Amino acid sequence: MDRVWELRPEFVEGLIVTLRLAAGGLLIGGALGLLIGTALYVSRTRGILPSRPVSLGLNVAVNFMRPIPFVLLAIALQPVSRWFGISGISEGHALVAVVFGSTFGIARIVEQNLVAVDPGVLEAARAMGASRWRVVWTVLLPEARGSLILGFTYALVAIVDMTAIVGIIGVHSLGYVALTYGLRQFDWTVTAVAILVIIVIVQIGQFAGNAWARRVLRR
Amino acid sequence: MTLIELQGVSKTFPPTRKGGDPVHAVRDVDLSVEAGEIVGIVGYSGAGKSTLVRLVNALEPTTSGRLLVDGTDLTTLRERQLQKVRLGIGMIFQQFNLLQSRTVWGNVAYPLEVAKVPKAEHQRRISDLLTFVGLADKAHAWPEELSGGQKQRVGIARALATSPKILLADEATSALDPETTVEVLRLLKKVNTELGITIVVITHEMDVVKTIADRVVVMEQGRIVEQGPVFDIFSAPQEQATRRFVSTLVDAVPDAVALEGLRRTHSGRLLTLSFRDESVSQSAVFAEIIGRGVEFELVFGGIEDVRGRSFGHLTLELRGDPAAVDEAVAAVTALVETTEVA
Repeated sequence: MDRVWELRPEFVEGLIVTLRLAAGGLLIGGALGLLIGTALYVSRTRGILPSRPVSLGLNVAVNFMRPIPFVLLAIALQPVSRWFGISGISEGHALVAVVFGSTFGIARIVEQNLVAVDPGVLEAARAMGASRWRVVWTVLLPEARGSLILGFTYALVAIVDMTAIVGIIGVHSLGYVALTYGLRQFDWTVTAVAILVIIVIVQIGQFAGNAWARRVLRR
Repeated sequence: MTLIELQGVSKTFPPTRKGGDPVHAVRDVDLSVEAGEIVGIVGYSGAGKSTLVRLVNALEPTTSGRLLVDGTDLTTLRERQLQKVRLGIGMIFQQFNLLQSRTVWGNVAYPLEVAKVPKAEHQRRISDLLTFVGLADKAHAWPEELSGGQKQRVGIARALATSPKILLADEATSALDPETTVEVLRLLKKVNTELGITIVVITHEMDVVKTIADRVVVMEQGRIVEQGPVFDIFSAPQEQATRRFVSTLVDAVPDAVALEGLRRTHSGRLLTLSFRDESVSQSAVFAEIIGRGVEFELVFGGIEDVRGRSFGHLTLELRGDPAAVDEAVAAVTALVETTEVA
């Protein structure tokens, strides 16, 4: 336990980096995922704006990206980051990887939540003279808001998981602390404390997400 | 003035699976709806009535034919122009289809936002509408806090927000209990008489047609098989499908099953009298029977009232001297339509 106390600065930095990456991943990946997920939903055969090429293209892209284990994705994307002038072992690259990883997962979650919206309500809006795009922005997404919040909360857990994995490429997240000072120095306590902190982050996120969703869903 | 006119309108949906058959939901339909009337479209599920109303507000494009609403042929319009047309056509639904993410107020505000009605006018318009449907005190309630009848009232207020000329009601009372159905139908009648809005009601309940419609259209397998004023269709249905529908409201000539039951307790001669003309009173008919010393008993049937005009079928069991019974039957047949039941 003394060792953990000594490593205080490492833990604090790990916590800050983890929070920064998770927040960035959730925000940017969430926005992109929302966009792609909505596009997946509306372009379906019987969707609001059916388009075979868009639907097929997006589905292939999502199915291509999703099965890649994140640990490999984080490494495989290094050249991409470097091409943009971002170092392959920097926090900037970690964010690129986390955003990539989360976008496609969130896209599927968004699509699933949109499918659950009552098509009758969409039809009613169309019957009231709303354009298709208007239906998407003013009916489809607001009607799904509660379950989308729960979906994003669910995604947060996966994103925090990703922030730990980028520790292997030297990005100073809590995962890095556990790998460097726990695993490689045979100090189980350090690993356990890093895990504990991550659990607390996820708990707080889950709690906040649930509370927000409850308010939106009114139940 | 004709407000809605369909000329040879068909709607075919592509096959749901590769190699399947296309679905002919509406076939070669001619129909006109006059301004200010209430038309009831009846048919079993799958008869094409839901598709038919969705053609009228262009939620579904027609496959062929001409479809005029207020003089404009919808089949020639582009999506943007159709959106304008839809502002003039309200629609209510079986499942109400209220926006769960908005309060009652927000639901009624939605079409006003779509129609770009200035925000300043929302307040007055929405409270007027909610007062009209009797929900002024529920303005800030959420949809899930309302009963079915209240939800449909919100649906009606929302459908009326942009002052449409036409209201389409797609099985609007089918999810409601009988008492609430009556309330909602009364409200629809009020919409028709006070606001002069033309209403097209789709239903499988003949009671609904009887209560509010002026004219009834019977659909089967995508076609209109019979149409006319409600009293005429109800009192003298011509087609098999129509007869089945009318029989849900009033018993006609007993069918084989009913007859078997009747025969168990009634051995006399059975005669069904069909009343559909106010000029012949029931008492005059019964006097002919009683006058000949023939006994009779009412064993089957009923009389319905459609807006003060009555019609119906009464099956009598006649007993007495066979010659007198024959005479009575002849005399009664001279007054009303009769059917021997054997």
